[in-house]
Amino acid sequence: MSSTAFPTLAVLADELRSGRRSAVDLVQQALQRAGQCAALNGFVSLQGDEALAAAAAADSARTATAAPLAGIPFALKDIFCTKGITTTCGSRMLQNFVPPYDAHVVEQLHAAGAIRIGKTNMDEFAMGSSNENSAYGACVNPWGSDRVPGGSSGGSAAVVAAGIVPYAIGTDTGGSIRQPAAFCGITGLKPTYGRVSRYGMIAYASSLDCAGVLARSAQDCATVFQAIAGHDDRDATSVERPADDVQASLDKPLHGLRIGVAREYFGGGVLPAVAQRCHEALAELEKLGAVLVDMALANAHHAIAAYYVIAPAEASSNLARYDGVRYGHRCAEARSLDEMYSRSRAEGFGSEVKRRILVGTYALSAGYYDAYYVRAQKVRRLIANDFAAAFASVDLIAGPTTPTPAFRLGEKSGDALAMYAADVNTVAVNLAGLPAISAPAGFVDGLPVGLQLIAPAFAEARLLNATHQLQRVTDWHLQEPAA
Amino acid sequence: MSTETRSNADQRGWQAVIGLEIHAQLSTVSKLFSRAATAYGAEPNTQAALLDVALPGTLPVPNREAIRKAIQFGLAVQGTIAQHSVFARKNYFYPDLPKGYQISQYELPVVADGKIAVRVDDGRRIDVEIQRAHLEEDAGKSVHDAFHAETGIDLNRAGTPLLEIVSAPVMHSAAEAVAYMRTVHTLVRWLGICDGNMQEGSFRCDCNVSVRRDGETRLGTRTEIKNVNSFRFVEKSIEYEIERQIRALENGEAIVQETRLYDPTRHQTRPMRSKESADDYRYFPDPDLPPLAIATADIERERAALPELPQARRQRYIDGLGLPEADADQLCADRANADYFEAVLAAVPGQAKLCANWVLGEVAAGLNEAAIDIAAAPVSPAALSQLLQRLRDGSISGKIAKDVFAAMWQGEGSADAIIDARGLKQISDSGALGAAIDAVLADYPSQLDDYRKGNDKLLQFFVGQVMKRTKGQANPQQLNELLRQKLG
Repeated sequence: MSSTAFPTLAVLADELRSGRRSAVDLVQQALQRAGQCAALNGFVSLQGDEALAAAAAADSARTATAAPLAGIPFALKDIFCTKGITTTCGSRMLQNFVPPYDAHVVEQLHAAGAIRIGKTNMDEFAMGSSNENSAYGACVNPWGSDRVPGGSSGGSAAVVAAGIVPYAIGTDTGGSIRQPAAFCGITGLKPTYGRVSRYGMIAYASSLDCAGVLARSAQDCATVFQAIAGHDDRDATSVERPADDVQASLDKPLHGLRIGVAREYFGGGVLPAVAQRCHEALAELEKLGAVLVDMALANAHHAIAAYYVIAPAEASSNLARYDGVRYGHRCAEARSLDEMYSRSRAEGFGSEVKRRILVGTYALSAGYYDAYYVRAQKVRRLIANDFAAAFASVDLIAGPTTPTPAFRLGEKSGDALAMYAADVNTVAVNLAGLPAISAPAGFVDGLPVGLQLIAPAFAEARLLNATHQLQRVTDWHLQEPAA
Repeated sequence: MSTETRSNADQRGWQAVIGLEIHAQLSTVSKLFSRAATAYGAEPNTQAALLDVALPGTLPVPNREAIRKAIQFGLAVQGTIAQHSVFARKNYFYPDLPKGYQISQYELPVVADGKIAVRVDDGRRIDVEIQRAHLEEDAGKSVHDAFHAETGIDLNRAGTPLLEIVSAPVMHSAAEAVAYMRTVHTLVRWLGICDGNMQEGSFRCDCNVSVRRDGETRLGTRTEIKNVNSFRFVEKSIEYEIERQIRALENGEAIVQETRLYDPTRHQTRPMRSKESADDYRYFPDPDLPPLAIATADIERERAALPELPQARRQRYIDGLGLPEADADQLCADRANADYFEAVLAAVPGQAKLCANWVLGEVAAGLNEAAIDIAAAPVSPAALSQLLQRLRDGSISGKIAKDVFAAMWQGEGSADAIIDARGLKQISDSGALGAAIDAVLADYPSQLDDYRKGNDKLLQFFVGQVMKRTKGQANPQQLNELLRQKLG
């Protein structure tokens, strides 16, 4: 079919400012498309009426200098608290949870005039790589109805890929923005840890959780990143550092940019065709003046093990608040406090959440803490050191975002280890707190492939610059799924 | 009482070993990690921020004021202030613990290796090592009696900042433990970091108690008496616990490591829960909070701003002002008290003992009777010093001064105003005084005769009569001199 996609955010902003299009048109288009794509199950909830009202208000307040996101619709992962709007985090536990406050990211986008049309599907509490762990049903990849969209920000990736909204907000704890972006053929930016406030973002693993953007292009990611990044004194891990003007450096030429090609990221589990697409994308970057440097990350293969200790450990504590006492699911007619706790949690949590709570509780237990948690933290330090050492001689590090294109629904849902292993190229970035981007790099058997670029802390501008330059000379990011 | 217990234990060949964990609520306006108020006694759940309810997505942000207060304490006990300390999560489920964990400090506390000099009632001085002091948040409160068959939760207290002050197990009697607790109580109030209000739970402690045979160097199995909130209960519960443990061991029973509760009506402790079955708290560094970094400059700023500490001031009162130890102790039991004393003294220089007598005498009695703090005393230091100046310059006698003070306390005005209004000024004019003496001597010729025959005791009789005639306003010293001259 003809392009369902929105033009770039810059073009949309221009059209809105000039009055050639109205925000109401854009929101109607988004809602209509959401209706057409209902089978994707990308949204947990839609706020159509509120969005249309906000669009009408935006239109009547239209100015020639409106903010870049003003009047433009977007979708928000259902992990962010929205005042007065149910926030489920993909869990039955929070089926009826209506936050009394907005997350920082929500405030920022609201202040920028952005219009949220709905909240997107996700793996429960962001635990998963396929969106199959949602209490609200699996989300489907627009590139193939038998394929997962990736996770945990599966809904956010799917609704952008399907052309419902020009961009969506997701979160990334171990790859949850980059992997679905790769699977759905879009661009996903995971900023540096601490760049975007976590205030109001429901915690999975606090030291790894990071809000970011899923959009069609790096240029659009830059626009949205600019709106959500910055210091927030309500998050003690938020960095006190002004966000760079990432737009300004998008057009910098790439001459002399040193891109490290990490051998480990092209290792054993990576499908040769996927590796091939990434090498082709890197060749394009080389043509643009970048210098490819062969390199190694000695501890890369330890990342999965460290991640699957640290993340569940933090999760086991972060999720202790869901006890049925103050909000969230409470079981009926408990006869004792212990019964209320255990049944409320047994009923409210899905199996992957329970698995991670158990794993994490175990890892923190007396007698196991040193062997698991402390050891994993040491590995984390080694991994961070590897990156730091590598960035002494390269500017970016590249590799496939995922070993394979989107796998089939149900293909790995019975095998947690196989599912976890697919995170091999993404989790180390979170352990080191670095920014990374996944950008479309072609197709394998009609399914998108993602190229991951990793930068030193706070070098989002470099990531966006390189990706934008790549996207000026390639059109993978402009490809759309058939219907 | 306490010393007896110690000697009892000693006599029977046992030594008690006691360590205290004191919880001092830091007097900050807002909570340790949220901006909710900490004021006591508000309607349930009106002082709970989103974080205190543990809503999803909320995050803790450390209260700088609480950290400053912890630093002040650390410096006051000559401890090491950690330039990097770590907030850790203590995980357990309880309905009044909203997050399912308490944010505390575990491996790296903000204060370590302090010590404090303690004077025990029997006059001995002991140094008590303070192993650590760490910041942590308080839990909420379960309310069991307000609802039928249901428990209410009040989260007003949840997140209130506490400084947990952990002593080494170096005390050997209830008396030593109480003396230590009092010393810490004085110090935290002196520093202004805790209001010390024990009824409201602002200052409470857990007592770790064990006993061992004299000469034994290993520690015996200890029990922990939880949440004791008065000096008397600390003393009574420790005494009871020492006796209980000795009796058990002498009967061949083993001591079970457990947490016990003190029952103040029966004056005994009973088991609360056994440590063996206690939760595994799964401490780990709180990933929401970066390590707490304290710059040397911040520490030095606090050090420079530290007030003269009670021990130092007590010593200055003894060595510099020549006050008796008992006076110095009493004045320095409370900083407001000592400051009041010094404000009075500043206006009556060189009269430390006089000032101390008045502050510890009339002022203390007045405060006691009215059950108010010295901050609320109706007689200010300036007002009292004016009175003492009148006493010094001979305008009034000591006896009249007490009357004037009572009037000042009742709000009748300044010392001078009351002396004037009531015409209490001493008669120091030798003419007027001489006339009064002449009149008295004329009235009592036979007594005068006796005196002249050698009955010296009659001198006091004439003094009394002149005082009576002058309504007590005669300057006693001058009266004596003049009278002697006239009789001479």
